Amino acid sequence: MTATVTTAPVRPRLPAALTFWPLAAAVVLVPLGVLFAGGGSWPASLSVDLSGPLGSASDWIIDHRDSHPLFLYFFGHISNAVVLSVRAVYLLLLAVGWAGVTAAAGLIAWRVAGVRVALGATAAFAVCGLLGMWVPTMQTLALMVVAVAASVALGGLLGLAAGLSDRTYRALRPVLDTMQVLPAFAYLLPVVLVFGIGVPAAVLATVVYAAPPMARLTALGLRAADPGVLEAAASLGATGRQRLLTARLPLARKELLLGVNQSIMMALSMAVIASVIGAGGLGDRVYQALASVDVGAALAAGIPIVLLAVVLDRTATGARSGGGGRAAARRGWTGAAAVLVLVALAGRFADRLTWPESWHVDIAEPVNRAVDWMTAHLYSGVPVIGGTADWAAGFTGWVLDPVRDGLQALPWWAVLLLVGALALLVGTWRTALTAVAAMGAIGVLGVWDASLDTLSQVLAAVAVTLVLGFGIAVAAARSARCERCLRPVLDVFQTMPQFVYLIPVVALFGVGRAPAVAAAVVYALPAVVRITTQGLRGVDPVALEAARSLGATGWQQLRQVQLPLARPALLLAVNQAVVLVLAVVIIGGLVGGGALGYDVVFGLAQGDLATGLVAGAAIVCLGLMLDRVTQPVRKEA
Amino acid sequence: MRTARTTVCAAAALGLVALTGCGAADMTKQASPYAAAQGTKTVTLSLQSWVGAQANVAVAKYLLEHELGYRVDTVQVDEVPAWDALSQGRVDAILEDWGHPEQEKRYVTDKKTIARGGNLGVTGHIGWFVPTYFAEAHPDVTDWKNLDKYAGRLRTAESGGKGQLLDGSPSYVTNDKALVENLDLDYKVVFAGSEAAQITQIKQFAKEKKPFLTYWYKPQWLFEKVPMTEVKLPPYKEGCDADPKKVACAYPHTPLQKYLNADFAEKGGKAAAFLKNFRWTTEAQNDVALMIAEQKLSPEAAAEKWVRANESTWRAWLPS
Repeated sequence: MTATVTTAPVRPRLPAALTFWPLAAAVVLVPLGVLFAGGGSWPASLSVDLSGPLGSASDWIIDHRDSHPLFLYFFGHISNAVVLSVRAVYLLLLAVGWAGVTAAAGLIAWRVAGVRVALGATAAFAVCGLLGMWVPTMQTLALMVVAVAASVALGGLLGLAAGLSDRTYRALRPVLDTMQVLPAFAYLLPVVLVFGIGVPAAVLATVVYAAPPMARLTALGLRAADPGVLEAAASLGATGRQRLLTARLPLARKELLLGVNQSIMMALSMAVIASVIGAGGLGDRVYQALASVDVGAALAAGIPIVLLAVVLDRTATGARSGGGGRAAARRGWTGAAAVLVLVALAGRFADRLTWPESWHVDIAEPVNRAVDWMTAHLYSGVPVIGGTADWAAGFTGWVLDPVRDGLQALPWWAVLLLVGALALLVGTWRTALTAVAAMGAIGVLGVWDASLDTLSQVLAAVAVTLVLGFGIAVAAARSARCERCLRPVLDVFQTMPQFVYLIPVVALFGVGRAPAVAAAVVYALPAVVRITTQGLRGVDPVALEAARSLGATGWQQLRQVQLPLARPALLLAVNQAVVLVLAVVIIGGLVGGGALGYDVVFGLAQGDLATGLVAGAAIVCLGLMLDRVTQPVRKEA
Repeated sequence: MRTARTTVCAAAALGLVALTGCGAADMTKQASPYAAAQGTKTVTLSLQSWVGAQANVAVAKYLLEHELGYRVDTVQVDEVPAWDALSQGRVDAILEDWGHPEQEKRYVTDKKTIARGGNLGVTGHIGWFVPTYFAEAHPDVTDWKNLDKYAGRLRTAESGGKGQLLDGSPSYVTNDKALVENLDLDYKVVFAGSEAAQITQIKQFAKEKKPFLTYWYKPQWLFEKVPMTEVKLPPYKEGCDADPKKVACAYPHTPLQKYLNADFAEKGGKAAAFLKNFRWTTEAQNDVALMIAEQKLSPEAAAEKWVRANESTWRAWLPS
């Protein structure tokens, strides 16, 4: 869920006087307003209480889902179809056996992405077996196959519609935006209300999360098709359908494959969250380990998820860059299929379909000991720098509290004014209007104070992420070796389910908002490091050489050549940091972050549709506002 | 292989739609896709997140599988959604419920989709606890009237200027916010957000012998690891917690209950009879819970160990 697709075009700089007038106006207006209009939180008279209607909606579903035709003839069939497909895939995987599945992974990776990825894929599946996670891995894999297939089909169709019609595109964009920013926890509850806990609900929640990137990228690919080629196809007398099949879709191949890749990654990142509603598989193991505060066991179930994600990602990336002759490819596939059948049959006749138990390696205990040691020695009383608990307390007292109290002390209209001014600084009237409207919607929903609390945590986390991320990225951009060492670390942090590092984070920073910020930083850092490194690397070498020949020191080169030239990438990194930090606000709620994240978790745990959905909607609004405030767009003429 | 797989499931899905396209699909009759092959008798138990509940499920599962020949699936889900799942037949039984009057009225009394399964034999109690090392040094802290005296020592970065009362998972039953307000205490309720976070924090405090005040419940294995003493709140009287906003009394002692899906209770045969008979003690549950949480045994191994040592207890649960 990392690679961003569109790089925001950067607006040419305006003269300083013109750029800063909105901010200046805000600075003047706010104190005046406080004097005349009074301050304080969002007025209760301007907010709407949704708990009544949402509560009765939830009651209606519970009372009618066993009898109403909508459920019997529509949702029921969807649910059954999902169960049947997952079961079919699961039984197939079990029938092929561990040897067969491992061989299949290796062979497919080999054909699609080459020998190195193939070795990696084989090793990855072997590790899943070694960790004693074979059956859960197969359950998760079966669920993923069905969820990804459904996401790609649904996303592809939506993308096709949006790619071919401007009106659909405009109508679909806000829907896709919302689907992606809406925290998964918030829509788990409605899905559960309709489908009940279990695999169907898990698959559908995953599809809601994983289909948008496919739709977006399909639309992007179709819309970006070279008009010259289309014109040529049209002039050759191709019908609309022929043009689509022979010109537009093949031209969009790269985007389509990237879309599939993104769908896979998003679906996998849902594997653990979906376990909260009974998805089973690896996520369930992680979740259970959490209950007995067993980091080692959680890690043992988390590693297969990381490995699956890395292998699928590398294979899909290989497919994008791959080529080669058709005849050779066919021979290769035939050979691969033959080997696979042989291995599967061998496994069947040797009666070794499940991973042998004597081959398990128990990593839980050493990991737990390591975590205990770490937390015991870092928590407090470290000479000179103090322990992590002291840092956390300091960070809460000196950064989080002032920012939160400051935001909450501002009168509500001043916050709107500030948001509008900031959005106007980086964007247009239209983005400013969206940002203000989003912020206003939060007030209307009646969660103003909690949202500002969450906002303060998000801002602090983004700041820490950017400082760390830019520092690491500068080092990585300077030395290729450093970058090579970083890559696997970044991969792991990006795909590791957050539930796994929840306990170590609390053990280090205590319960509260500081660990919530820490978890968010861990999650958002990899993307920021990646984008920034790429941006710094992409700087024209001629410009650097010129600076060097003029006698610029390393620091001067960085400050005066690399950073300014990499500005678009840096801005994108800021935007991504905001979006990703917001995505783990819920995880923050699980370690004491409170505010909106806690409300969403509370809603799910108590079956309280109103609390959960309203908090989820507020997170979407925050996301919308922050995105508009950080994403520069070109002014339309 | 991948495309073949996709084709297979696409074909399966299409076939299903063709087969049942005109009929009604009853979601309550649905089995898990990971269930065993046809013909095996399967029971699905709700597995709650706390370890005591895991102990119930582990022992019930072991006996159902080894003594009665069932296959047991477990589904991990929060308490309120578990009631929902039970009424829909996604799970057959909840073995430990801490009292959900609203759900009980809706599903047991009104809709009759859930049947009572009797006492678990364990009595649950929620309360406020301080570590025993702190209570021994300051014996008067165990009365709520003296709590304000210690608010300063219980302050953390999260509690602002007040003392910290640590609460846990949002899924648990709690009146703490109302209690703090109605008893006019100089404390702030800080929600850890999950039990895992709460336990980790308690362990960190205990390692440093720091004082803390926490919402906690019995039976719980953590007491063996971090001894804690209960703070006396105004005594519980029947009905004093009727209005959640006006609560100013302690939590009750709740005999924990079992609930079965109504259909399952009737037609579940030996499994249903066994689960109705399943009844043990707080000590027994704690033994198994400790093996899981502290010795890090797998639930199966812990259940096996307990079953080996306590045959006389569980023999009585088996239906004749």
